[in-house]
Amino acid sequence: MASHGIKDRVAIVGMGCTPFREHWDKGVDDLALEASNEAFAAAGIDKDDVDAYWLGTAQSGMSGITLARALQLQGKPVTRVENYCATGSEALRQAAYAVASGAYDVAMAVGVEKVKDSGYQGLNAFPIPNDGTTRTLTAAGSFSMVAPAYAAKYGVPMEDLKRTLARIASKNHHNGARNPRAQFRREMSVEQICAMPNVAGDLSVFDCAGVADGSAAAIVVRAEDAHRYTDHPIYIKALSFVAGNGSGLVDPDYDYTWFPEIAACAADAYHQAGVTDPSARIAMAEVHDCFTPTELVLMEDLGFSERGTAWRDIEAGRFDLDGELPVNPDGGLKSFGHPVGASGLRMMFEAWLQLRGEAPEDRTISSIGGDRNLALTHNLGGYPGEMVSFISILGPTQD
Amino acid sequence: MRGIISYGTYLPHRRLDRSTIAAVAGTGGGKGSRTVASYDEDTTTLGVEAARRTLRATDARPGALWFSTVTPAYVDKTNATAVHAALRLPADVIAADFGGAVRSGVAALRSALAGGPPALVVTADVRTGLPGSADEAAGGDAAAALLVGDDADGPVIAEVLGAGTATDEFLDRWRTPGDDRSKQWEEKFGETRYVPLAQQAFAAALAAAGLEADQVDRLVVAGTHGRANKAAAKKVGVAADKVVDDLAGTVGNPGAAQPALLLASALDTAAPGQVVVLLTLADGADAVVLRTTEAIAAFQTAATVAEQVAGGAPLPYGKFLAWRGFLTPEPPRRPEPARPSASAAGRSEDWKFGFVGSRDRTTGAIHLPPARVSMEGGAVDDMEPVPMADVPGTVVTYTIDKLVYSPSPPVVFAIVDFDGGGRAPVELTDVDPTAVRIGDRVEMTFRRLFTADGIHNYFWKARPLGDAATTAEPTDPGTEA
Repeated sequence: MASHGIKDRVAIVGMGCTPFREHWDKGVDDLALEASNEAFAAAGIDKDDVDAYWLGTAQSGMSGITLARALQLQGKPVTRVENYCATGSEALRQAAYAVASGAYDVAMAVGVEKVKDSGYQGLNAFPIPNDGTTRTLTAAGSFSMVAPAYAAKYGVPMEDLKRTLARIASKNHHNGARNPRAQFRREMSVEQICAMPNVAGDLSVFDCAGVADGSAAAIVVRAEDAHRYTDHPIYIKALSFVAGNGSGLVDPDYDYTWFPEIAACAADAYHQAGVTDPSARIAMAEVHDCFTPTELVLMEDLGFSERGTAWRDIEAGRFDLDGELPVNPDGGLKSFGHPVGASGLRMMFEAWLQLRGEAPEDRTISSIGGDRNLALTHNLGGYPGEMVSFISILGPTQD
Repeated sequence: MRGIISYGTYLPHRRLDRSTIAAVAGTGGGKGSRTVASYDEDTTTLGVEAARRTLRATDARPGALWFSTVTPAYVDKTNATAVHAALRLPADVIAADFGGAVRSGVAALRSALAGGPPALVVTADVRTGLPGSADEAAGGDAAAALLVGDDADGPVIAEVLGAGTATDEFLDRWRTPGDDRSKQWEEKFGETRYVPLAQQAFAAALAAAGLEADQVDRLVVAGTHGRANKAAAKKVGVAADKVVDDLAGTVGNPGAAQPALLLASALDTAAPGQVVVLLTLADGADAVVLRTTEAIAAFQTAATVAEQVAGGAPLPYGKFLAWRGFLTPEPPRRPEPARPSASAAGRSEDWKFGFVGSRDRTTGAIHLPPARVSMEGGAVDDMEPVPMADVPGTVVTYTIDKLVYSPSPPVVFAIVDFDGGGRAPVELTDVDPTAVRIGDRVEMTFRRLFTADGIHNYFWKARPLGDAATTAEPTDPGTEA
């Protein structure tokens, strides 16, 4: 038994991504169609050229028919997948494995979420009948519990940590302000963010990802076929997934200052990609900044910073757009909002742009060069103590 | 010898200062304070807390559970069964409600004293009236439980010597089912009817006990008619200094729970060999004569009434009105919770009502909720039940969630590690949100999380250990952002 991965065997040859917005005038069908058409155009194919489809949507539609009807796919295998907030990434993972297996020549992953039809702010999971003892807490509340635990463990005064968290939000807003697809395009200073009232623990709304509708799509083929579709394919180096067993909620050994599922996922991803020193190989990362404490902890779980030191690296600007390792150069969930089924593919879309040199000038990162030419996307779902983690590593060349 | 083997009382954490009422209601209020059940408490949860304390103080176990309240959480469905489940009593212990009237509280006690298996009498009430009314100010919320049995069941701390009754039909106080308040006839009419009935019952009980009035060491007078109670206390021939404080100034009158609460209050300070008479005026009168035994010297209640009166924290009148349903604040704009599933709840009865987890027999790892497959070592179906309701814990981390739906936002939530192992993410209650810290000590308490489709969702929360950690008013932070 081993996690072998499919390094350099599958390539992304076309991508699309809608603007993430409160799309009051667009439904699931419109969004999926828009992202899909952009991806078809990028790969120079049409819907009939795709042999199999994977639709990622958490709760905007059931079954593959949601996509088959929207795109009017004729006689195609279409699978709907759901894996919490990593749903979009999971769709890509399934499509890539389908191609790698030889079952299909061309596969497509479409992620879409229509969140803003619920009438409520925020994301609201549909209820599964239960015994009434499951905890009632928003995601913001759950993730906010990381901040006091981290502050206590590493002896960081809460006021200082709150500033660091604000710096994460400020950085992502800075990047999002330079991205026409982002929902929020206004820069926010650390001082402005720190002045906001708390809504959950020490978090203000500016520590939380926005809420938006959106869709993103990717077309994958076997690596040897990639140049038939594009001059600049993006090769998949690793696709790693870990579903936690929920033990953090019941095991006193878990201290809420890290996410074991993500650390395990990262180890597997680096192993698949043959990366031994992430800092030497990873030129950018798109990470799941659902809440600012999440991004803080992720820097350590992904091996970018030593334990207990990410807050220093953040303050030093290491993850800024012009830093040594830009994190969320597209603005992240913070600027984009989080249409659950689409977010994972939206992250890959930024890797697609940056690695192909297609990002607009004011958002182009300068960290890519030599062996440092890989992009990492990280997408999680669930809550501290009970989460799923996805990591992809992507590169512009085969090793 | 039949009598009381154990008892326990529960006063909710919050207090309403009566002087704050008139400024809002325009009328009403008065001096002193009253106890207030939290938004997440009802008569069933209050009763569970008093009953837990009662059983914690003795090794004796009941063969019957009689639950009495005027304000049951359910009708049609029995409420005593939820108390039974929270106490993890065996299925062969009957559990039934004595409901509807204030008199049902003392009636449950009389029934238990009459004989049969040891009976746990649980009385609880949440009393209020329209804003500004006398009932609103004079009412109180409390629970009191008594374990009644023979000395073969366990050491009797107060032996029954005799009892007397005077039943009568007249209209003094009434309420139509579904009404949120009671009404009362002109006070003097009730007083003229009650006092002779009280004298009659008292005399009958003393005669049955073979005692005279001057042999009574403590007289407890409970009942729905405050003036009649006072008049009766004067008329029965017991010296004024032997009349037990009715807690009107600190607790208020907790309806069906008042007789047992005041009796418990008297027993809290009673020495062996004292004669205590409980005289209850409610649609007639009932008197019970008890004498404390040597065993009371060694009896330790979980918390005396006086200790609980001294604790607690103030509650603003606006919150009181909201909690009692007389004021409807804007809820968080989040979906209301779905009703719990009856079948799912039925499968997890011991967890949901008893807070019982499971312990891996090999690794010792505690699972909350109980699991079949261990998170350590991979053992399958090799676990034993581990009751955690009485195990204190420590806050590992916490948050205050102003976004999530709650009947009374914000939700204060913590990860709690229990002494000796086990962790659960739980809501905190009876707590000042601004005072919560990592390392706080907490204990578990049975609460009603919410009600959906008329189904009360009972489960456990944590509160500061010993009810001593907070004294501040609950803050009411804005949710705008």
